[in-house]
Amino acid sequence: MKSISSKIYMYILYTFLYLPILVLIVFSFNQSKSRANWTGFTLDWYAALFRDERILTSLLNTVIIAVCASVLATVLGTMAALGINSMKKTGKAILMGVTYIPVINPEIIMGISLMILFKFFVTHFHFQFGFATLILAHISFDVPYVIYNVLPKLRAMNPNLVEAAQDLGCNPRQAFFKAVIPEIMPGIFSGFLMALTYSIDDFVVSYFTSGTNVEPLSVTIESMTRVKVSPKINALSAIIFVVIAAIMIIRNIIENKKLRHDLALSRAARNEGVRR
Amino acid sequence: MKAPKSLAIPYAVWVLIFTVVPLGLVVGFAMTDQDGSLTLENIFAMSEYMSVLFRSILFAIIATVICLLIAFPASYIISRASAINQSTLVVLLMVPMWINFLLRTYAWMTLLEQNGLINRLLGLIGLGPYNLINNSGAVILGMVYNYLPFMILPLYSVMVKIDQSIIEAAQDLGSNKLRLVRKVILPLSMPGISTGVIAVFVPSVSTFIISRMLGGGTNDLIGDIIEMQFSGNSYNPHLGSAMALVLMIIVLFMMSLFNQFGSEEDVIL
Repeated sequence: MKSISSKIYMYILYTFLYLPILVLIVFSFNQSKSRANWTGFTLDWYAALFRDERILTSLLNTVIIAVCASVLATVLGTMAALGINSMKKTGKAILMGVTYIPVINPEIIMGISLMILFKFFVTHFHFQFGFATLILAHISFDVPYVIYNVLPKLRAMNPNLVEAAQDLGCNPRQAFFKAVIPEIMPGIFSGFLMALTYSIDDFVVSYFTSGTNVEPLSVTIESMTRVKVSPKINALSAIIFVVIAAIMIIRNIIENKKLRHDLALSRAARNEGVRR
Repeated sequence: MKAPKSLAIPYAVWVLIFTVVPLGLVVGFAMTDQDGSLTLENIFAMSEYMSVLFRSILFAIIATVICLLIAFPASYIISRASAINQSTLVVLLMVPMWINFLLRTYAWMTLLEQNGLINRLLGLIGLGPYNLINNSGAVILGMVYNYLPFMILPLYSVMVKIDQSIIEAAQDLGSNKLRLVRKVILPLSMPGISTGVIAVFVPSVSTFIISRMLGGGTNDLIGDIIEMQFSGNSYNPHLGSAMALVLMIIVLFMMSLFNQFGSEEDVIL
């Protein structure tokens, strides 16, 4: 960043992005319930958080739903990507077009449309709102991200790879599992991670498809902010923030190391060339 | 040899049941009454909510414009930083994004309220207290705060591809800063702008939590009205579906408007 003005601009921008969250975290250590008066340091709200049955149950619900939905979405999406990759133009265009709908459709419309569908299931079949509806809904918005991550890897794959594997004595089945799957694994994995994070973060679709028996964490948080003010929410935000920030920073450090390493390599290569 | 097409069949069945049919049900509900007979009543009943619809679109447009104005210089600055600074700045941008938007909105609630931190700090220098929350400004602020990264990221990913030598060439040929932005950077950033505009407008126009938490019930948006038809006391999925249909049409209109700027590469968040 060259000029001072652009530095100042970026500082203001990042202060705007972080200040509200930091204030929330600071007041999670405040003794009184006030969100403006500092009365002294305490960890009571964290203790209260870990004793709160409702929050712990809904956290467990969120983990169960997110893991089930993202695993199933990864299987379904990877199969879909493999099939789509072999399709002709029209079939591919139709399926990719439909895949785009959950990505661009406003979440509230996805939520209410699934709610209507599930209500129909409830009246006509032996079916109830709960884990099943939540997992079905989550899979539906997770799958597109898996497809979007796997398809580019399939397109970038060397078309001769499978033939090479078969020449070396693999049957088609072995060729698929030993040559194709390892090749697209990074895409499958990043698709899975994306699906997992979207599932954990989701509120709107869960809100309409959860019913009254099973409550995911985001729905619990929403009803807590509606009824009363509790610094337990601040404590929860602080924990979430620290976990996310730690994951992202570690990832960034690893990537930067790689970047520095690559830079050093290319510089060394250039120097080598100059010397010659 | 390629994988068999039939691998996509389970997914095709899935999207049919869980994406296409539900949307068909919304259209069907919008066109029928409680007894299941065809009617346009729900669509006509929308006229009662014209002011809400108008407000939703207006707020979303204002939020989108503010995001664009803030994001444009920010994305440019990030795109011209060194590679290592770039990745750090992008990560710093994404950390708040991964905190649930309910908590981010809640954070602003605690800052803006009557005896919140901002009013207390203003009180120390003898100002206020002001009504900072439960007004339209607070709702728009909530939208900007929550969705700003959705504008910066696609803009950045387009701007980072602009070759520095093009910018230098324009400067060598005598462009001042304004001309450089208008004639070089802006046209080259167009795909990012259209992606960013849609990424901010769609969640803004359809939100129901931001308006509830920061608008204090006096700034209901179309999302609030839809939500009430499905989970409030005034349960009426037929009217709710009609509203959802109108919302979908608005979104599709916005998308067709901005897709003509052509984003060849799909910037997926």
